[in-house]
Amino acid sequence: MIRRLLLFGCALALPLAACAQDSAVQVLPPDLHGSRPLEALTATAVVRDYLESWKSFRTALDENAPQLLDEDFVGTALTKLSATIAEQSKLGIHTRYVDGTHRLRIVFYSPDGLSIQIVDRVDYNQQVMQGNTVIATQPVHARYIVVLTPSQTRWQVRVFQASAE
Amino acid sequence: MSLARRFLVAASALAASPLLLAQSLSMNLPAQVAAGSAFSIPTTGSGQGALTIAGPGQALRRSVQLGSPVSLPAGVLYNAGEYVAVLSNGADEQAGLFEVTPAQQPSSLSFLAEPSRLPVDLQDGISGTVYVFDVYHNLILRPMPVSFNLSASSGPSQTRTVPTLDGVSWTRMNSAAREGSAHFVAQADGVTSTRVVDEVPGDPCNLSMTATPDGGKAKLQTSPVRDCSGNPIPDGTVVTFTASFDGRQSTVDVPLKRDVAEVEMPLPPGATVSVASGVVAGNEIHWSGR
Repeated sequence: MIRRLLLFGCALALPLAACAQDSAVQVLPPDLHGSRPLEALTATAVVRDYLESWKSFRTALDENAPQLLDEDFVGTALTKLSATIAEQSKLGIHTRYVDGTHRLRIVFYSPDGLSIQIVDRVDYNQQVMQGNTVIATQPVHARYIVVLTPSQTRWQVRVFQASAE
Repeated sequence: MSLARRFLVAASALAASPLLLAQSLSMNLPAQVAAGSAFSIPTTGSGQGALTIAGPGQALRRSVQLGSPVSLPAGVLYNAGEYVAVLSNGADEQAGLFEVTPAQQPSSLSFLAEPSRLPVDLQDGISGTVYVFDVYHNLILRPMPVSFNLSASSGPSQTRTVPTLDGVSWTRMNSAAREGSAHFVAQADGVTSTRVVDEVPGDPCNLSMTATPDGGKAKLQTSPVRDCSGNPIPDGTVVTFTASFDGRQSTVDVPLKRDVAEVEMPLPPGATVSVASGVVAGNEIHWSGR
């Protein structure tokens, strides 16, 4: 078992190094309550795509550019984030999520293989900005529940919801 | 007043001024509010101000009479998540963090049953996965029992109750012994979602045939083809008869008709004929010509 986890960690190490240029990422071994076994390649792809989605999320909300979400988000998550960007634009603000650290773990792989759930404990600074002026900065320690579903080429975020850590 | 004393008084006033400013503009944020619920944020200060609330889920702004509470009516802030609130009066800002939690009551279930069609009598053959959402499409994270019920047209139904963990619950069920449509129902706190699962006969079981002479040929006929639970295999299912003689082989595919497949084949005495359907092999007959 320990050997498997080590292999899993090694499999993740390379892609994460590439993904995590802007923040520290720690991927914890999966702790699944679903019945379907999780292949290391699947786990690697899910984590890679999830971290990519964070990049899109940050840029989209900073630049008020909802089209940047289309590749990584789908369903409810896409609808809500797009609506937030529209509201930000209307208010003349934008939001900067300055990444600190991610500690994420895959916690569920549905028996049908059609959804994967990640719990990500994220520390970041949220800056509310008006033009180039920072109106407020707040450190946030949040527990994100993320549900991803497969599309033709990648895993996309369908639920993206934070709660207080 | 001496110069030194004046300096001390002035310094004290300057030191105190930021504190006075901070006290003049402040708000008392709740730690948590339920999605869609009405709440108010008491403020201090005077004059006009603005309250901006921003998070991944929503962004909004309200004009504020400083010194009075800011009221947010029901249905205004409804997406669960962490939010930064900024109170400003044009010259100064106060910021804080609060959480919007999912509503308590579920409103919809995202229920996926897999597969939608499967053979009868299969252990753990059907899976059901449920995500529980509130009326605002927030995933409800508090543990909640989800009841799964699979009822076929015949035979007893199966029921299991599985609590959600971080908003998701899942189970596996067996398919029924008899073919037909089964209703797979998930229920959480009065909200239900139903899927129909077609349970179809499995592979043929005990496939057998007889051979009788018919003129110069052999008439090959299977006994009624059924699965291991006794369900008739659907008409049109292909049954393959294979005759071998003297190193040569001839094959005939015949669709089932009213549970039976039959064919006439020219068989020389000494030939061997076998029957199969899909991956299931039946009996073998050594043909003597009689």
